[in-house]
Amino acid sequence: MRITCPLCGSRDRREFYYYGAADYLARPAEGAGLEAWDAYLHLRDNPAGMTKDLWYHEAGCSAWIEVTRDTTSHAVLSSRLVAAVESADLPGRSAPARKKAAPRKKKGTS
Amino acid sequence: MVSLIATDVFHGLLPVLQGPLQLAAATPARITSVMPFRGRAGAVQTALGRMGLGLPEPGQSREGKAAAILWSGRGQAFLLDADPEPLAGIAALTDQSDAWAVMRLTGPGWDQVLSRLVALDLRPSGFPEGAVARSGLNHMNALFRRLADGVEIWVFRSMAATAVEELAGAMARVAARG
Repeated sequence: MRITCPLCGSRDRREFYYYGAADYLARPAEGAGLEAWDAYLHLRDNPAGMTKDLWYHEAGCSAWIEVTRDTTSHAVLSSRLVAAVESADLPGRSAPARKKAAPRKKKGTS
Repeated sequence: MVSLIATDVFHGLLPVLQGPLQLAAATPARITSVMPFRGRAGAVQTALGRMGLGLPEPGQSREGKAAAILWSGRGQAFLLDADPEPLAGIAALTDQSDAWAVMRLTGPGWDQVLSRLVALDLRPSGFPEGAVARSGLNHMNALFRRLADGVEIWVFRSMAATAVEELAGAMARVAARG
């Protein structure tokens, strides 16, 4: 399995550390209800198809990456830096080579 | 400032010679990590420009007259052999001079040595002079910089002896193939 780091290019999966679902990026606001926190911490989809998760390029550039992949074909479809573009990169490369994730297709049951 | 007696990072393990291959110590005298503060990358770029350098793009490096700068990770670069004072206040600066063990691997077949230890295509065709990559040397986090006649390999100082052993073994096996 290979993952494309937006900064380093295509790399072996062993360079990355898996964190979990990309849902972790949607942290509830301060003062949010218990249900929101419960969903944030514990409730996850288990899709057959497109899914998004977080990987850390630990043996590389130390970037957090949101990877879109297909759980049925194991294809890695796209990846993007999690950090805001402002701080994400150095000048001369204002927009990281990010690919837009394909729109979520509803496969089978919805 | 108090000047202490520096200890050789490699404790006499280098150089290693195997046929035409050579592994030699090459740790820069001064290494400073530069991480521009939010929104100050432009100012850092200007300050580095006055030093004859600039912020390198991912996977790149720049050479000045006496100094050099390498991309070393997301939003980070290593300034070599230069006083980072002009960057004070616009970037997070950390002295890492004693944190790294740097080696130079040269001689025909250096790329074959690396291909035994690195899961990355570092052959000259895909890794031109001046190019930089963060990756793993076997299980060690490492940084690679392509030189005119070989490659520079950076590992954490605590990994120096392990890195020499791994590289010396790979060099011996490549040299044995003639």
